[in-house]
Amino acid sequence: MSPTCWNCGKPAPSRFCAECRALQPPASDYFAFFEIPRALAPDLKDLEKRFYALSRQLHPDLFSRKSAREQEYSLESTAILNDAYRVLKDPVARTLYVLKQEGFDVGEQSTKDVPPELLEEVFELNMALEELRMGDEDARPQLEAARARFRKMRDELDADLQRQFAGWDASQRAETLAAVRALLNRRKYITNLIDKASHVPDRV
Amino acid sequence: MFQIEFENQEKVVGIDLGTTNSLVAWMNLTKPEVIVGEDGDKLVPSVVSIASDGQIIVGNAARQELIDHPERSIYSVKRLMGRGVEDVQEELKLFPFRIAAGSESVIRVVLGEKTFTPPEVSALILRQLRKNAEEALGATVSKCVITVPAYFNDAQRQATRDAGRIAGLEVLRLVNEPTAAALAYGLDKRKEGIIAVYDLGGGTFDISILKLQDGIFEVLATNGDTHLGGDDIDNRLLRIALEDVKSEWGEDLSASGEAVQTLRRDVIRAKEALSFAPVVTIEFDWHGKAYRREITRELFESLITDIVDRTLGPCRDCMRDAGVTPEQIDEVVLVGGSTRIPMVRSAVEVLFRAKPHTELNPDEVVALGAAVQAGILSGTVENQLLLDVTPLSLGIEMYGGVVSKIIHRNSTIPASAGETFTTGVDGQTNVLIHVVQGERELAKDNRSLARFDLKGIDPMPAGYARVEVRFLIDANGILNVTARDARTGKEQSVDVKPSYGLTDEQVEAMIEASIDHAEDDYNAAQVAGARVDADAILAATDKAKRTDAWVELSDEERQKITDAMNRLQLAYHSDDHHLIQAQIDVLNEVTHALAENMMNTAVRGALKGTHV
Repeated sequence: MSPTCWNCGKPAPSRFCAECRALQPPASDYFAFFEIPRALAPDLKDLEKRFYALSRQLHPDLFSRKSAREQEYSLESTAILNDAYRVLKDPVARTLYVLKQEGFDVGEQSTKDVPPELLEEVFELNMALEELRMGDEDARPQLEAARARFRKMRDELDADLQRQFAGWDASQRAETLAAVRALLNRRKYITNLIDKASHVPDRV
Repeated sequence: MFQIEFENQEKVVGIDLGTTNSLVAWMNLTKPEVIVGEDGDKLVPSVVSIASDGQIIVGNAARQELIDHPERSIYSVKRLMGRGVEDVQEELKLFPFRIAAGSESVIRVVLGEKTFTPPEVSALILRQLRKNAEEALGATVSKCVITVPAYFNDAQRQATRDAGRIAGLEVLRLVNEPTAAALAYGLDKRKEGIIAVYDLGGGTFDISILKLQDGIFEVLATNGDTHLGGDDIDNRLLRIALEDVKSEWGEDLSASGEAVQTLRRDVIRAKEALSFAPVVTIEFDWHGKAYRREITRELFESLITDIVDRTLGPCRDCMRDAGVTPEQIDEVVLVGGSTRIPMVRSAVEVLFRAKPHTELNPDEVVALGAAVQAGILSGTVENQLLLDVTPLSLGIEMYGGVVSKIIHRNSTIPASAGETFTTGVDGQTNVLIHVVQGERELAKDNRSLARFDLKGIDPMPAGYARVEVRFLIDANGILNVTARDARTGKEQSVDVKPSYGLTDEQVEAMIEASIDHAEDDYNAAQVAGARVDADAILAATDKAKRTDAWVELSDEERQKITDAMNRLQLAYHSDDHHLIQAQIDVLNEVTHALAENMMNTAVRGALKGTHV
């Protein structure tokens, strides 16, 4: 936010100028925008409450009789509000956002490299899929078992992630974030496996 | 001074610009109300006819023209809005649209001797609605809210906004039809809950699922089909009737516009009657011959089963996207004339496991909601707020024709996304971005929106340039693109080539062309508006004359006011709104002291009442 109000020039306005009530340009950091501390596990009920309250303050519908400049800030602010809410309420998108804000590289992860501990699982899954494709219905139960195992793995991972989230929110240690990033990559890999095991080829 | 209370009272109307019928509504104090037209009807059929002398006929009167002069008339033009000629080949088989040559990027339809773009035809309907509103409200109407199907894409939305501009209306907001319906129903309703709105209109189908919480209507997901509606049912009945006639009379009437339009009217009558009777007869009389055919509801239902079924897939997808199960849905709202069909109602009831609301007239509910939104925008409706979503994902075409999605469907709007672009060749000074809308993986399978040309990039080695492009979908669901050079921070120019629809210049030219025509209407509306203001100030002054404040004035002041009132009454019956306005201003001027006296009296009264 700018140090002075664009409208009346009074110093240090927040979202609205305390002096003239004019809407100011929005903050770009999602957490700052919601006026909550940066966290991996924010209170979602509180987030929703803030989202509704801010919508009531910022939405373009409420500015249709204001100046062009305020209309523009309203549009900008509401776009950021909606973008921020979409990201912050979703655990994966939110974590990626925090990682990025904290300087971690979160570019596209390759899902081709199989984590070593999953090598055997992936091999078996591919075998089962291939057999099904060839018309061997006996492989179906195998596939279902694999899917159940992957789901269990993901649940365990999610529990692990929750613990790490709480850890980082309490202490903000960079090592925790590195661990979170590793868990997230693994989770993405397993999610892909679940998808793969769920799209069972039709009977030939 | 008395004028203060009348200022900022410009009426913003809500318009439902429908495929079959259009309506205009306004907020009458706290209640939305549909405006009755000069012919006594609330529904204005979306039919336009141009007489040989150039006279434009819209609505009920044009319906007869559609039969007498089909070559000079058009209906269901909404089906052509924002579309290219290759999109409407199916429509052309079923609807008597006559497309002019050279309609590649913008369709032009032939009406008599002239050609019109779909937004121009829609503008004629809007002008009629505006006229109806101005006559009923006795005031100028220049601002409006127009509803569109939730599933309309960017080009269809732009075309609707263009139609408003051509009609001389400032379109303050485009609102999605199902969302508008929820607003109309939401008045004084439950505090929180999940609402499904099922909207089967003349030509489009929409389903939206909303979460209502303390006056905020948050759309969770929307889905639909912009090519599905009552028209399709009519076409099916029409085809059967035409075949019957062919075998009974040995005469193929399908090439005669007049016969087809008469028969269409007759099958629609039968269809509508079937919603209330188990069996009806199609009655078609043509040049002394009579065709009669009994249709039972059972037969009718077997004819339309697949049409009704086609609405259910989008409903299920919408629930999945919204993350709700049928059990979680508290209320179901039905919108659109086609929801009067018992089979549609029971299909909805089975799917959502809830008895749908039918208290409001399904033909009017969208217009009523548009009026509520107009009220929100003009500040007369407080505490209600609509948070809508974009129905389709927005993406950019990447290398190899693959789409990279940047704003996902069902994102709350306004929504934005930023992307950085660079050059691929040394010394390259522009970058072309192709933006598409849709869910498919390949750009060619989606709807092309526009090509944005980022120009004036400083020549430098490949990959060095950094152009930050911001894509923003506004509250109307329309895309805005801005770009800046990331190195210099300087705004970058963006040339927009829309894939379909009119350029800004074309719209401007159409606005120009329509202004000549508009002058008469405009003047009449101005006079009507001025008279309303005159009535108000005369009444207020009359009232003031009966108070103590009047007595406190000097003789001279009282004389001045009386004179000004007389002159205003004289001006009142002239057709010159400038004159009326001038006399209003005079009266306003000379009543200053009177108004002040009244205020003081009021303050004294108030002070007396308090315990100081």
